[in-house]
Amino acid sequence: MLSYLERQASRIRAHLDMPLFTIVLLLMGVGLATVYSATQSAGVNRLDNQIINMLIALAIMLAVAQAAPQKIMRFALPLYLVALALLIGVALFGVSVNGSRRWLSFGLIRIQPSEIMKIAMPMMLAWFFYRHESELKLKHFAIAMGILLLPTLLILKQPDLGTSLLIGAAGFFVIFFAGLSWKIILGALLAAIAALPLVWNFVLHDYQRRRILTLFDPGSDPLGAGYHIIQSTIAIGSGGVFGKGWLDGTQTRLEFIPEKHTDFIFAVFSEEWGLLGNCVLLALFIALVGRGLMIAAAAPTLFSRLLAAAISLILFIYAFVNMGMVSGILPVVGVPLPFISYGGTALVTLALGIGILMSIHTHRMLVKK
Amino acid sequence: MNDFQHSQQELTQFRRRILFSTFAVFLLSGAIFARLAYLQVVLHEYYSTRAESNRISLSPIAPNRGNITDRNGVVLARNYSAFTLEITPDQTRDLDATIDALSELIDIQPKDRRRFKRLLEEAKTFESIPIRTRLTDEEVARFTARRYLFSGVDVKARLFRQYPEGALAAHAIGYISRINDNDLAWIEQEAAERTDQNINYKGTSLIGKIGLEKQYEFELHGVTGHEQIEVDAAGRAVRVLSHTAPIPGNNLVLTLDGALQKTAEAAFGQRRGALVALDPNNGAILALVSNPVFDPNLFVDGIRFDDWDELNNNPDKPMLNRAIYSAYPPGSTFKPLMALAALSQGRRKAGYTISDPGFFSFGGRIFTDDKPGGHGSVDMLKSIIVSCNTYYYHLANDLGIDAIARFMGEIGLGARTGIDIPGESEGVLPSPEWKARRFKSREQQKWYAGETISVGIGQGYNAYTPLQMAHTLANVLNYGRVFSPHLVDAIIDSGTGATRRMGAQPIRQIPLNPEHVDFIKRAMAGVNREGTGARAFAGAPYSSGGKTGTAQVYSLKGQRYAGQNKERLRDHSWFMAFAPLETPSIVVAVLVENGGFGATSAAPIARQVFDYYLLGKNSGGPAPEDVASADEGNVDAMPPPFPLTGADHAVLP
Repeated sequence: MLSYLERQASRIRAHLDMPLFTIVLLLMGVGLATVYSATQSAGVNRLDNQIINMLIALAIMLAVAQAAPQKIMRFALPLYLVALALLIGVALFGVSVNGSRRWLSFGLIRIQPSEIMKIAMPMMLAWFFYRHESELKLKHFAIAMGILLLPTLLILKQPDLGTSLLIGAAGFFVIFFAGLSWKIILGALLAAIAALPLVWNFVLHDYQRRRILTLFDPGSDPLGAGYHIIQSTIAIGSGGVFGKGWLDGTQTRLEFIPEKHTDFIFAVFSEEWGLLGNCVLLALFIALVGRGLMIAAAAPTLFSRLLAAAISLILFIYAFVNMGMVSGILPVVGVPLPFISYGGTALVTLALGIGILMSIHTHRMLVKK
Repeated sequence: MNDFQHSQQELTQFRRRILFSTFAVFLLSGAIFARLAYLQVVLHEYYSTRAESNRISLSPIAPNRGNITDRNGVVLARNYSAFTLEITPDQTRDLDATIDALSELIDIQPKDRRRFKRLLEEAKTFESIPIRTRLTDEEVARFTARRYLFSGVDVKARLFRQYPEGALAAHAIGYISRINDNDLAWIEQEAAERTDQNINYKGTSLIGKIGLEKQYEFELHGVTGHEQIEVDAAGRAVRVLSHTAPIPGNNLVLTLDGALQKTAEAAFGQRRGALVALDPNNGAILALVSNPVFDPNLFVDGIRFDDWDELNNNPDKPMLNRAIYSAYPPGSTFKPLMALAALSQGRRKAGYTISDPGFFSFGGRIFTDDKPGGHGSVDMLKSIIVSCNTYYYHLANDLGIDAIARFMGEIGLGARTGIDIPGESEGVLPSPEWKARRFKSREQQKWYAGETISVGIGQGYNAYTPLQMAHTLANVLNYGRVFSPHLVDAIIDSGTGATRRMGAQPIRQIPLNPEHVDFIKRAMAGVNREGTGARAFAGAPYSSGGKTGTAQVYSLKGQRYAGQNKERLRDHSWFMAFAPLETPSIVVAVLVENGGFGATSAAPIARQVFDYYLLGKNSGGPAPEDVASADEGNVDAMPPPFPLTGADHAVLP
C-alpha cells in the first residue's frame, strides 16, 4: 500500500519540471496576495475561491504532465473539432451577455468554447504539421491558415476581439515555428496593414473602435471608455519606484480601479509594489517563457516542438497584452494576467498549457529510447 | 537531400526562430518596462498628485449664521437645524425616475418638484439641490435604510433661517435666499476689496438679499470650516482626515425696539405707508415700518412660485421699502424747515407779519391757500401752527430756489442718510442744477420762478423719503449735530464675545443757531397743542411737537379736495413729530399713502408710537373727551411744560 503511494509520488515527481513548477508557484503566490489586496475592501472573500481554483489548476497541471505527448496528440483533432462545433453552436444558439454571444448553455453548465479553442488551436496545428512533416509544402501552410482562420473569425464575430486575436496568435506561432517563409510573413503583414481601414470600417464594432480610439486619447472620454485607462495609469504612476506597500494602494482600496481583481489586477500590483515589484513580475514571466522555449528547443518531435514553442509564446503574449493594456499602450481587450488575475477558467487553460510543457519535457528521453 | 538532413535543416531553422522569439520576448518586455518606468519614475509626481486628489475631497462646512435681536434681546432672526433630502444631479442617472422612486418613500408634493425644477435651472449640476426640506425623523429613517438604492441622493442636516416674529420689521431685517450669479459676483468683488480670506461661501447656499441680512452679510455669515475627507470612486466618504471647525457669524443687536415696531405696524392696519422712528440723540432707529409687509420666512428655502407671484403682482407692492426708497413730496411738513431756513439766513424775523388774503399772485398765476379768505394776519409762529401757504409762497419767493436748496441740502434732504441697509434712495431736492441734470431738453431744463413758489410749501418737485424727513428733523432738534441713522447698535463677536458699537458718534455739525431751533420746536409744539396735531395729541401726558403735511399725488387743478377721489389719487398724508419737547428722545416721520389730510390719518399713528415709547402702553389713541376739549381750542387742557412767550412772536431776528 505504502509502496504504491510512494511509486505514485515518484512517478509524479518524475514528470514534474521543477523550474516551471517553481515559477508557477511564485506567480500564484503573487496572484493570491494581489487578489487579497484587491478584494479585501469589498467585503467579499475571493481568496478561498481562488485558492481552490489554484489547487484544481495544479492538479490538472500535474495530471497532464503524466500523459505522454503522443497521448496528448491524439486529442488534438477531436478537441479542435468539438471546439469548432461548439463555436458554430454559439453563433447559432449562444447566450448573449453584455451584447456579445460567447456562451453556450447546457442546462446548469455554461461554457465558453473560445476558451477551449485557446489550447485546441495550437494542438491542432502542431498535429497537422507533424502529420505532414515530411512533405511540407505551401499548400499545407494554406490549409493551416484555414484551420486558424475559421475559429478565429467565428470568435471575432461574437464579438470578442481580444480572444480572437490571442487564438489567432497562438495558431500563427505554430505556423511560424513550422517554418513559414519570412517573405510570406512579411507579405501578409503588409497586406494586413493595407487591410486595416477595411477591418476598421466593416469588421470592428463600435465599442471596439471606441476602445482603440480612447487608447490614443483617454481624456476624451474620462468617465466612459477612458476611465479604466486613466485610473489604472494613475494607480501605476502613483506607485512610483517602491510602491505604496501591500494593502496600501489608495486607488485600489477606494475602488477607483475597475475590474481590479480580474483584468486590471496588474494596476493593483503596480500601485502597491512599484517599479521594483514590476521588474520581479516581468522577470518571472520572462523566466516562464524562457523555460518554455528551452523545452521547445529540446523537444524531440515536431509536434512537441511546435506545441511547446507556441504555448510558451502565447503565455508571454497574455502577460504582455494585459500589462500593455493596463499601462495604457494597448487597447483594452479582455485578457487576464496569467496566474495573477482572479478566475478559474483562465487558470485551468494555463494549467493545461504548463502541464503539456512539463509532459513534453519529462517524456523526451522516453521518445528517444 | 535525405530525411535526416531535411529534419536537421528544419531543426536548425526552428532553433533560429526560437532565438528570434527570445529576442522578441526581451524586446516587448523592454517596451513594457520602459512604459512602466516612464509612468512610475518620470511621471510619478504627476500621478501621485492625481491619486491624492482622487482620494481627498475637501468638504466645506458652512458656518452658523449670526442671530439678530432687537435692543431688548427679542430674537428677530435665528437658525434652526433640519434635515433635507438633496439630490446631486451630476451623480444621478435619471432625475425624474429618481424623484418618482423617492416619492414612494417620502412625501414629495408637486410644489416640491416645481421648486426643485426651478432651483435646478439656477444651480450648477454638481451642487446638491434640496427636493424636500424639514424631513421628519421617520422619513429620515425610511430613506437612510434604502440609501444604497439612490446614487446622488442624500439626507443632509442644514441650518435654516427663521424669523420668529414673522413679518415684523421685515423691511429692516430683510431675508436670505439661495445664492445666485449676482450674489457670487458681489461676493467676489467684496472679497477682493476687503482682501479678506474669510469670505468663503463654499458650502453656503444662502445669502442675505435685502435689509440687514444683506448689509451685514459678511458679519453674519461667519467663517467656513472644512473637512478633508477620503472618498471612494463613487464619492462616498470613507473617513475624515482632518477637521477645521467653522466659526459662527457674529450676532447683531439692533437699535430697533421690537415692541414699538409691533405697535407702529399695528397702527397702520391695512393702510399703505411708512414710518421711521429714531432717537435724535444718536441716530438709533427705534422703528422702521413699511406697510404692507411680507413674511421673510417664505424666502428661506426657496420661495414658492405662487407666493412670489403674489408678492410681485400685488398692487400694494409689499416688497417695496417705502421708508427708505419711496420719496414723497413733504407737503406742509416742509414749512418748519423753510422757516428755519429763513431764520438761519436772516431773511425773516419771527415777528414779521404778513396779511394773508387767501392767495398769492405771482407772474399771472394764483397760488391758493387752504383756507378760503385767508388766515388774516400771520407771523412765523402762526404760519407753522395754522400751516399758512401764503406765508411760504412769499418766503420762497424771497429766499429764492438756490438758497432753499442750499439750506435743505445742508440739513439732510435730497441725500442718502447713510442708513445701514441697502436700497436707500436720494429723493429729490429741486434746484436749477438738479433740473439741468434731470432733464434732457433745454426747454425742460429751465427753472421757472413759479416752481420756487410750489417748492416753498413742500410740493412741486420736492420728494423725500420718510427716513430723510425723520433724519432731517432729528438733525434740527439736535442743534445741527448729525448722527447716521442706524439699525445696528452693536455687533457681538461670536468667538470673543467682544462688542463693537456702531454709529454712536456724530458725523458732522450743521451750523444752526440754537435759538432758531428752539423757536421751531416751540412752533411745532403749538401745532400739537392748538394746530393740526391737536386732535391726535389731545390729552397726551407728555409734551410734543409736530407738523402735518399733505402731499399732492394728483393735481386737482383748482378744484377743492373732496375726499371722494379715487382712493389711489388721494393725497399722501404726512406727520412729523418729536417728544418730549425740551429734550426729545424720539422723532418720527409718518407717511400714509393716499391717506388724505395728514392730521386725520398720519398723526394718530405718531401718537400711538409716542404713547408706547414714552408711557409704555398701547394707547389706541386719545380719549374722546380730550379730543372734544381740543376741538374747542382748550389749550389749557394740555400740560404746558414749555413756556410759549410773547417774545417768540416778536423778539427773534
